[in-house]
Amino acid sequence: MASVAHPRIALRHRLAERGLDRTLLLLIPAIIFVVALFIYPFVYGLQLSFQPQPGSEAVRRYGSGPFADYRDFFADPYLRNTIWTTLKIGLPAALFNVLASVPIAYRMRGRFRGKRTITTILVVPITLGTVLTAEGLLAFMGPAGWLNRVLMDLGVVDHPVRLTHNYWGVLFSLIITGFPFAFLLTLSYLTGIDPTLERAAATLGAGWWQRFRHITLPLLAPGLGITFCLSFVLAFSVFPSAIMVGDPSGQTRVISIAAFHAAFEQYDYPMASAIAMIMGAVELIVIGAVLGWRSRLYRGATGGKG
Amino acid sequence: MSGASTKISELRLEHVSRGFGGALALDGLDLTIEGGEFVALLGPSGCGKSTALNCLAGLLPLTDGAIWLDDRRIDGIPPEQRGFGMVFQNYALFPHMTVRANIGFGLRMAHTAKAEARHRVDEALNLVQLGEHAGKFPGQLSGGQQQRVAIARAIVMEPALVLMDEPLSNLDAKLRLEMRTEIKRIHQTLGLTTIYVTHDQEEALSLADRLVLLREGKVQQIGAPEDVYSDPANRFVAGFMGYRNELELPVTSVAEKTVVLGELTGTRREDLGEVAVAAIRPEDFTVGDGPNPMEVTVEVVEYQGREQAIQARTSSGAALHVRADARLAPGDRVTVSVPPERVLVFAAESPAAPEEVA
Repeated sequence: MASVAHPRIALRHRLAERGLDRTLLLLIPAIIFVVALFIYPFVYGLQLSFQPQPGSEAVRRYGSGPFADYRDFFADPYLRNTIWTTLKIGLPAALFNVLASVPIAYRMRGRFRGKRTITTILVVPITLGTVLTAEGLLAFMGPAGWLNRVLMDLGVVDHPVRLTHNYWGVLFSLIITGFPFAFLLTLSYLTGIDPTLERAAATLGAGWWQRFRHITLPLLAPGLGITFCLSFVLAFSVFPSAIMVGDPSGQTRVISIAAFHAAFEQYDYPMASAIAMIMGAVELIVIGAVLGWRSRLYRGATGGKG
Repeated sequence: MSGASTKISELRLEHVSRGFGGALALDGLDLTIEGGEFVALLGPSGCGKSTALNCLAGLLPLTDGAIWLDDRRIDGIPPEQRGFGMVFQNYALFPHMTVRANIGFGLRMAHTAKAEARHRVDEALNLVQLGEHAGKFPGQLSGGQQQRVAIARAIVMEPALVLMDEPLSNLDAKLRLEMRTEIKRIHQTLGLTTIYVTHDQEEALSLADRLVLLREGKVQQIGAPEDVYSDPANRFVAGFMGYRNELELPVTSVAEKTVVLGELTGTRREDLGEVAVAAIRPEDFTVGDGPNPMEVTVEVVEYQGREQAIQARTSSGAALHVRADARLAPGDRVTVSVPPERVLVFAAESPAAPEEVA
């Protein structure tokens, strides 16, 4: 009996030494989840994008080769320009959210009275959802909204300022929904930096700006890079607010609208998949650029202790 | 320019106090420190020693009192304008800068000329013997090396005052001894006025010219190491400066200096009630007949090289720690004696030192 049991135990121990044991089974739900909800749809969409729909515009122009939809996208300015339109909204929104979150998070690091209240107020918009935010924006900043009425009553402007149904409406909406997200991330990165580092810098003669510039900012920069990437991805996939508070056939015809149009108005799923792939590629390029910059920074511990 | 030596002749603390939410963490610290002196602030955790240091550095505003540097009142000046060097307990090295950049940070902030800054950083690196590590990052250094960098960074500015906040408490025992010697050597070399905060009485005794003992924000005693060690002002200091046996006994008779507690004769240190506490160091006992003989039973013997640490019990049941050259074994019944001038008698109501010094 013992001689039979012995090798089995030994094998289990040998596997355990290589990090293989039964706790790995716990990964199965996560793997199923990722495969079913991400990898499979992604691969399906990718192969679909190489099979242009017979009879579609793209096939008529570029034949039925695998790249017909991609060629059509980049040849047609109406489609191609959605990349720039989306970048023009997404990049400033993400940049603004990250930059605005830094000074606020910097002030919010320590403990003080009312911190929880202020944090709640700053974070609430994340819970509202884009549709509610868009409704609010329309009521507040629309041509008959009370912002314009106040401005006109004060005599600041003669005609209502157009802040909705154009570029600005979408930008405001992205800032309102995206800021809490950037703020929470930045705050958590900032609180990870040992406050004694700044105190040490102070005893060495550094004023508040020098302390921020030479100590906090370099340690925070990698985190800001990540925050920017995530904020950008959120903003780049803008869809409901581009329609509700934007100008979906002109100024804010973003790339997701183009994909929606292809899929659900023209029923050209391969084209919609191609647009989605292009959308992902643009996001990857921006993220790649940011991570490339980030890799040149210090990214070690920020706790002070070695 | 701050390049010139900025030696001070006197630092004066007048009734320096700091409260946190109503309670005073530091309650009226009066202290005058002469230029070049090494002063240790010593006490258990929560005694106000770190608060005092942070007040001196300008990292905490005072609730009351004043700090004078020669004729200049400095307690309203922000830390970056005080020009004091500080060594933090967790070193607080800038993790994204090399050792050289860390040490040179203060000079860079003071816009010192490049060549001079380089020269002074080199000097500081040599002083702490880290020349070959100049290009490394703090994360690549051992704890002791990091502490050297922190010290070099604080002293490269030749500050009027060096503040050290438990700089050795994160090191292991062997390294702590080494760095202690190192700090002493640097102080002897540069003669910078230093204030050193610690909870370790051994560290304070070996480093400082003068000790300031604090308890609950109040000064207990200020004096040279040997005074504080052998002539403690109160029961707290007696218990804090090295181990002392404390025997609680009823007072039989009190004279001017001497006091008799049953069979034990001691030296009176303060006004006594009916019950008093006799504080006796383990090494002040001798095994054998002599003054104040006590019959004890040996319970535990620890071999410690030349000496033995013995835990014994008196006939009345009190535990007694004794250090002895004599070879004893558990169960032995022996007589130990102690001269009356080594038996310090305090009132039993007086606050004692905390059991665990942490």
